[in-house]
Amino acid sequence: MLLIKNGRVLDPSSKTDALIDILIDGPRIMRVGPDLSASQIDIFDASGMIVAPGFIDLHCHLREPGQELSETIETGTRAAARGGFTAVCTMPNTQPVNDNASVTRGIVERAAAAGAVRVWPIGAASVGSKGEALAEIAAMKDAGIVAVSDDGKPVATARLMRQVMDYCRSLDLPVIDHCEDPSLFAGGVMREGPRSIRLGLKGIPAQSESICVGRDVEVAMLTGARLHIAHMSARASLEYVRSAKAQGLQVTCEVTPHHFTLIDEDVRYDSHYKMNPPLASGEDRAALIEGLADGSVDAIATDHAPHHPSSKDVEFDRAPFGIIGFETALALALSELAHPGKISLIRLVDLFTTGPARVLGIERKIAADEPADLTIFSLDHTWTYHTSDSPSRSRNTPFDGRTFRGAPMATIVAGKIVYRR
Amino acid sequence: MLQRLQHLLGIEDLTREQVSFILDQAKPFQEFQRHPLKKLATLRGKTVALAFFENSTRTRISFATAAARLGADTMNLQAESSSLKKGESLLDTVWTLEALRPDGIVIRHSSSGAPEFVAQRLGIPVVNAGDGTHEHPTQALLDALTIRDRKSTLDGLRLTILGDILHSRVARSNIHLLSKFGAHVTLCGPAMWVPRELESLAPNVRRVTHIDEALDGADVIIVLRVQTERLHEPSLAPEEYILQFQLTPERLRLAGKDALVLHPGPMIRGLEIDPGVADGPQSCVLEQVTNGLAIRMALLYHLVGGAASEPAAGPGTAGKEK
Repeated sequence: MLLIKNGRVLDPSSKTDALIDILIDGPRIMRVGPDLSASQIDIFDASGMIVAPGFIDLHCHLREPGQELSETIETGTRAAARGGFTAVCTMPNTQPVNDNASVTRGIVERAAAAGAVRVWPIGAASVGSKGEALAEIAAMKDAGIVAVSDDGKPVATARLMRQVMDYCRSLDLPVIDHCEDPSLFAGGVMREGPRSIRLGLKGIPAQSESICVGRDVEVAMLTGARLHIAHMSARASLEYVRSAKAQGLQVTCEVTPHHFTLIDEDVRYDSHYKMNPPLASGEDRAALIEGLADGSVDAIATDHAPHHPSSKDVEFDRAPFGIIGFETALALALSELAHPGKISLIRLVDLFTTGPARVLGIERKIAADEPADLTIFSLDHTWTYHTSDSPSRSRNTPFDGRTFRGAPMATIVAGKIVYRR
Repeated sequence: MLQRLQHLLGIEDLTREQVSFILDQAKPFQEFQRHPLKKLATLRGKTVALAFFENSTRTRISFATAAARLGADTMNLQAESSSLKKGESLLDTVWTLEALRPDGIVIRHSSSGAPEFVAQRLGIPVVNAGDGTHEHPTQALLDALTIRDRKSTLDGLRLTILGDILHSRVARSNIHLLSKFGAHVTLCGPAMWVPRELESLAPNVRRVTHIDEALDGADVIIVLRVQTERLHEPSLAPEEYILQFQLTPERLRLAGKDALVLHPGPMIRGLEIDPGVADGPQSCVLEQVTNGLAIRMALLYHLVGGAASEPAAGPGTAGKEK
């Protein structure tokens, strides 16, 4: 048994914000209340710390199977644990693509054997994510997927999206779309604007994303399915999501830490500033932060996208898109959103816990009989992020060497402390 | 105080004083091109690596000749023959070149930022000979030298650039350079090649739709090549381009008889420029080529010859240790 004592428990599901203790027995929470004690137990003293439901990351790439030079389920989930995540949703663009139940089962089995935290696979929407035939979505659901997506690219056509949504509605699965219009994207490498003009780098207009979000919202209206917009970066996209929510559609969205922290003007000839969607304008960033504050944005998701150092250490326009993000997500949310007072602490916790849980259609709360998945973090602990300390196999981040105030202090999955600072 | 250059990666980050310094340094090398014996010993014992990852004839020959006339040896890397074709990374290629111990490296590359990427990872001076759609600093410097010779000043010029500005590294470097001297810049070309954001490159940059308006009152006109190979967009029909944007003798009259016409080459007569303009008295195209040698000699002398030209260094110190 494990007793979490003296922590400030923040649980958005019950709007709890109190100094109470949590007693864990095996994989589940046994009791929650003030001044708990028991004999023969381990005690975690959470004095001065926040105790939250376990963080969920809706969007990451663990690269297994097939790209183990960049990351594995083992190394990726160890990095996730250091970031305070107790469950991570891994995108299907592996090799082979997770488009059938046997690949899904392989991921689930590997995660059970080597994963430091829970791994919830996302299945491909179409075979090979090629945008043609539907993947074996029902069989993958039985094997453990929690959503479908052709992430890395958009669901290819409105017609295919309609079929995917119709089918997923019958299976009660959310459809996650990576929104981009390939004809506007057209080989771009950063957001189109004054900075791309100055650097001479091919620009991608914001409309590449928002046109696709608009399409998806229309198809969600047609089908009534659950639609989730991945890594949303543009103000115009947020407007589509707001209007969809106002009409009562089941449309949700996520924002990454890098999109609420950096903008296109930060881009330099360093591929650690190259991600897709690209870093957006200052105006977009301000709009995203507003959406994070007012509830229009449902979740913070990392889009942890490891790439082996040699593949990133090349000319900007030849480098692959993406950065790693597990270990810096909470610290960036604290320093960019909560510390400056742009969002409340309970809202921050919501964005990492109950928010993503709602997207997946599950509950996330601290109560007796619930799974003992908890994230314990400090608001003040000052630390410097060094990629050289990371269990991840990749180093691609613009935040290496950055000093933060606030950090995950312990990550508890199914009653076990899987990470402790 | 004049900040000594370590590399020449672009014009944007240079000061006005640094630009003037380079132009002044080029003066003696301009005169030198008229000597019957065109060989100096200034950089004897030095080696300049010419790493042209993108095809180039004019710029490569200009740098190679500049190095030769300074007495330096060159090592050549060309796109077709390089191991890049075998999948070697840029970094491995330049590390290999560096291991041959050159004293400086000149890089042309189709990726914007490649020279800066290399400069951050090597310990020798890097000269950008054109990177993607970013900058072509030696072109802007040779253009400035040409303009200064003819106009006797660079201050407050009315500059008009015609053509595909979006994809032009020559345009960017020229805008940065002449804006440091208070230029008013007018950009004109098919609208999809002249996006609004170009106006943020420097103060007093404007866009004009019609070529007649763009030429009115211009002191200097830079005609860009229509770089069809660089375009991702569907290109315009040549007839449409010629009718709307070709610099013809009639149109040039709008700019006045003192206006200069520059072209970075290679020039396609009959497309972006009428032969009558290209060969006319206002055309500076051949002076540009000769001035390119002077600018590149001055830069190599300054960047590569740095150690040897310092007062403390005497004979025999040319082969510096790394």
